[in-house]
Amino acid sequence: MIEGLVALYIFSLAAFTGYEVISKVPVILHTPLMSGSNFVHGIVLVGAMVTMGHAQGALELTIGFVGVFLAAGNAVGGYVVTDRMLEMFKSSKKENS
Amino acid sequence: MSLLIEVSYFLAALLFIFGLKRMSSPKNARQGIVWAGVGMLIATLATFFYPGLHNYSIMMVAIVSGSIIAWWTGRRVAMTDMPQMIALYNGMGGGAAAAIAALELTRLTKLNNAPTSLEELTQAVSDAALNGVEGITIGVLALAVFGAIIGTVAFSGSLVAFLKLQGIMKGVIRFKGLQAVNAAVFISTIAIGVYLCTQVEVAAGGVITQADFNLTWVAVFFAIALVFGVLMTVPIGGADMPVVISLFNALTGLAVGVEGYVLGNAAMMIAGVVVGSAGTLLTQLMAKAMNRPIANVLFSNFGSGGASQS
Repeated sequence: MIEGLVALYIFSLAAFTGYEVISKVPVILHTPLMSGSNFVHGIVLVGAMVTMGHAQGALELTIGFVGVFLAAGNAVGGYVVTDRMLEMFKSSKKENS
Repeated sequence: MSLLIEVSYFLAALLFIFGLKRMSSPKNARQGIVWAGVGMLIATLATFFYPGLHNYSIMMVAIVSGSIIAWWTGRRVAMTDMPQMIALYNGMGGGAAAAIAALELTRLTKLNNAPTSLEELTQAVSDAALNGVEGITIGVLALAVFGAIIGTVAFSGSLVAFLKLQGIMKGVIRFKGLQAVNAAVFISTIAIGVYLCTQVEVAAGGVITQADFNLTWVAVFFAIALVFGVLMTVPIGGADMPVVISLFNALTGLAVGVEGYVLGNAAMMIAGVVVGSAGTLLTQLMAKAMNRPIANVLFSNFGSGGASQS
């Protein structure tokens, strides 16, 4: 378990990092970046797998199953959609230049 | 947790930040998602070696079915329909974060019967250790409840956004006093969350030894949070949806980060909160690009017949 104050450090530094990473982004990249960050929080899959792995009984297993199913959808769907968007972005860039 | 898993999670967190950084400049945006994808793959594969996990076969069914459906829908959707797909996948992430919290709360209801003897108390503590959380503390419960609210609201809100952009749910539903109803539902959600946190017996060090709430309360809690997500999104028009989806994206990130703390998973904490803050900034930038403050997008339509639509 991560101690309270260490967690606070992690949260603060992560929040600062997220802010810095996005701060100078052109308007055309807003939607792809929203999609990209949508993919990144697909890491919830890891947590869903761990919780489901500890589930006991039908109810817990069902909730765990739903969690893993949804998380897998978030990760895979987020990746596919972002990749397609950035692909289009790249090709349209070539045509312009 | 073995060192290999810890290192994999650390690598994943680094790759996510690196990938997002790449994605925010037009030149090499495409590489960014690939880097982040590699991070996700490493973290997921490492989790299969997590000690003490069960239910592998059903877990594989969940992963494979979720992946195939998402891959198939993501591949065949038209480019113009991308925003609602982001909303859908984002809602799934929020739902997953909420499911993690729901499972933790369900586990806590097992401590419903007061341990009358020392053996029962030790049994309860070892049960908690077996469940992967070494004695849920009151602070962890409070954060789990907080993450549950955000995740659930992001889930139902994103689904409404998806239905609206997809054209399944048509028009903008508004009625007089909607703002008051929303406020009431929001306050009840918070109130039940606080109630859950107070209905526990706490031993030294904040470790919960007894929970006085049952499954019904947990179900009611999630149901009301679901309703709030729907009510919050229903009055918002289609043109404003991208901003709202971005907001739900940030909320899901925050929920994932918070549930990461509950599970003691640093990769989830870092990735979640990075998305939470990046998403918040992105929401502001998008609203600015549309020349509308966020408060205007969220609240101007409530109750009073949407002058902003013109």
